Amino acid sequence: MTVAPEPPEPSGDAPPTAADSLAVQAIGIVKEFPGVVANDHVDFDLRRGEVHALLGENGAGKSTLMNILAGLYRPDAGEVRVEGRPVDFGSPRDAIAAGLGMVHQHFTLVPSQTVTENVLLGLDRPRFLLHERESEAEIGRLAERFGLRVPPGARIWQLSVGEQQRVEILKMLYRGARILIMDEPTAVLAPQEADELFATLRSMTAEGRSVVFISHKLGEVLAIADRITVMRRGKVTAAGIPATGATKADLARRMVGRSVLETLERTPFEPGEVVLSVRDVVADNDRLLPALRGVSLDVRAGEIVGIAAVAGNGQSELAEVITGLRPCGGEVLVRGHAVANRSASTVLRRGVAHVPEDRTSVGTAPNLSLTDNLIMKRYRQPPVARGWLVDESSARAIALDLRDTYRIAAPTVDTEVRLLSGGNLQRAILAREIETRPGLLVAVQPTRGLDVGAIETVHRLLLDLRAKGAAILLISEELDEILALSDRVDVMYEGRVVGSFTAAEADIGRIGLLMTGGSEADHAPAEAAG
Amino acid sequence: MDLGLILAGGIASGTVLLFAAIGEIFAERAGILNLGVEGMMLMGAVAGFSTTLTTGNPWIGLVAAMTVGGLLALLHAVVTIHLRADQVVSGLALTFLGTGLARVLGEGLANTNVARLPAFTVPVLSNIPIVGPIVFRDQSVLVYVGFVLVPLAWFWIEGTRPGLHLRAVGEAPAAADAQGIGVYRLRYAYVVLGGVLAGLAGATITLAVAPGWFGDQTVNGRGWIAIGLVIFARWNPIRAAIGGYLFATITPFNLGLQGVDRILGFENPFLPGRSATFFLDMLPYLFVIAVVILGSRQAARRRIGAPAALGIPYVRGERGR
Repeated sequence: MTVAPEPPEPSGDAPPTAADSLAVQAIGIVKEFPGVVANDHVDFDLRRGEVHALLGENGAGKSTLMNILAGLYRPDAGEVRVEGRPVDFGSPRDAIAAGLGMVHQHFTLVPSQTVTENVLLGLDRPRFLLHERESEAEIGRLAERFGLRVPPGARIWQLSVGEQQRVEILKMLYRGARILIMDEPTAVLAPQEADELFATLRSMTAEGRSVVFISHKLGEVLAIADRITVMRRGKVTAAGIPATGATKADLARRMVGRSVLETLERTPFEPGEVVLSVRDVVADNDRLLPALRGVSLDVRAGEIVGIAAVAGNGQSELAEVITGLRPCGGEVLVRGHAVANRSASTVLRRGVAHVPEDRTSVGTAPNLSLTDNLIMKRYRQPPVARGWLVDESSARAIALDLRDTYRIAAPTVDTEVRLLSGGNLQRAILAREIETRPGLLVAVQPTRGLDVGAIETVHRLLLDLRAKGAAILLISEELDEILALSDRVDVMYEGRVVGSFTAAEADIGRIGLLMTGGSEADHAPAEAAG
Repeated sequence: MDLGLILAGGIASGTVLLFAAIGEIFAERAGILNLGVEGMMLMGAVAGFSTTLTTGNPWIGLVAAMTVGGLLALLHAVVTIHLRADQVVSGLALTFLGTGLARVLGEGLANTNVARLPAFTVPVLSNIPIVGPIVFRDQSVLVYVGFVLVPLAWFWIEGTRPGLHLRAVGEAPAAADAQGIGVYRLRYAYVVLGGVLAGLAGATITLAVAPGWFGDQTVNGRGWIAIGLVIFARWNPIRAAIGGYLFATITPFNLGLQGVDRILGFENPFLPGRSATFFLDMLPYLFVIAVVILGSRQAARRRIGAPAALGIPYVRGERGR
């Protein structure tokens, strides 16, 4: 009575013809939203047993297409066939019933409940009584089969983001999904976790299941996908091309619509005076455990110093200490002035700008307008400040100016920023911070979750700022980004700087080893704290 | 004084708190705070009493009480779930509405008598030494219903599929919605169930434990105590029941009701006209303040295990927040 819903195995009772080896076929899909055609006669097909990557920038229409497949939207025109049969999904439940499940970027888990309870949530079985023990064992077996390491009895809030994603995949597999759609699955994962995910996806396709992998990261798409479909502005620009033989440059061009400068133009490095000097800083994290255990580093004018570290090794806390958001021991000097344990506004007046890790709750006030967010660091000075009043018209003028200069795509400057896309939000934050003409910019994960075009913009802005003589501390988990931008790379591990390289000596293998706490032989993966 | 009588009386009036508290637990586990318990109980009390007076049948009175409680709760549900009003404000309004309405409707009901719901002694169990006579002798049928309801409520919440869905709706409505669970539907159902149980609690007073109508003194703050119990019991029906019985045993309702003059050698402070009655008048305000403070402090809520979405209206697909 509590048997795992087994999908009918793709058996060899008939030799698969071209038509029935297709798991999903979408023909001529059209979907319009007010003011935008999200899908303009899109064709897409997914073969049985393949990983098919769907590549495109934010707003290219790939999520819309997949939401149609997953039953969240109905297409305005076009047809969807699952395993040869035409379908018309009214809800995600219908899609699941047809064997089609989607794992969204934002997980839909109940934090206070266990993995097992989350998997069972919303199912018709068990009918009334929860046989927790049995279900747990059953889910444990399913997890093991696909290499999804997660304890079935653990509560969701105790799990890392990577583990939570495994629960979402488990939910779909338990519901008998033969076709899995993953929306930007690696955006939240540490590199090791991404490798484990790829292994899981491989074990699924080996059983004849199929995976759609939505992404805008070229490297991982080439690593995991069998075929690639590229979308741009609601249209398909490359339909199911084989991954072998595809090149990054070609994919990027189809995605962005022009050739992308892969190599960043950098002016020669001319180090100036020391702007930021951190000496023997110690600090605790939010759980009151030591996060920084004696960090010392310098950043000079006209220099980008990159911090390479796996998540949870103290780099976030370092940024907060420097920007006045976290108490610490030791010394932090900005142009010789002590700023440690001073208020954030003191630090700001010393010329320190901050692009925080958390764009939506630290970087911006989500429910305030674009204008309010853009003047947030200058409302105390004229012309925005007029006595103790805010001069609305000059605030508006500034916002309009910045919106155009930094190409922030917002309907009006009165739009609440929570409605902006990630890339536009980050442009708004950078606009605000750069316009303070900072001596030092602390940028944390400035490109996380952004598409290729937006990443390019952020990189260009950082390099422009460097050329103007600002000192930049760049904290990122994208090692490629660190290596591309930095004049010097400091490696952090467990709250200490364990290595420092100039751009010329920076070697990805050596840095990667230091990041994971390895010396030579032991390549033990560093614990990526959740 | 007879200690056995006090304890048996505590079990009986504890049943009142138990029904109201478990009703409130259901509503709050679904994510809706209903501070209107006092009003719903009073309306249940007056509806049960006057219907019994008219029909002569206390069972019809009981059904009337539960219906009225449910209808009042439905009003709260519409206001807070669909119209997304503040749950504290709507609940307080419900209490004022219920209290006022009950006093008007109960005009002239004082000094009347109605048939009580039957009381009986459970054979065998009542022969258990010490506990038997207190718990199982000459108690109202509703007291026994209470005994059965407590484990049922607990098991419903913790051990069944509907209970899993209930908890999900109160903890993470967006996640529940994504799994095809009708968040609004369930919230309506459990808020109304809470009202039905509050009405039952009211009728328990007027038709079983302390028959008669005494205006708003009939319930006299016990709705607020039930809300307090929910918090102290940390949303667990079994703890709420234990708390209800204990509290009822030592409170004025019981001690005053039993006419006990002295307790352990001290003058009973709860008899009418004595000093401790001020305590009662204070309760509603104290509980509202406690609830509001609690609602505003995320950390405190998490520490005591309040349902994560308690007090927060659910709107599908709202970005940010």
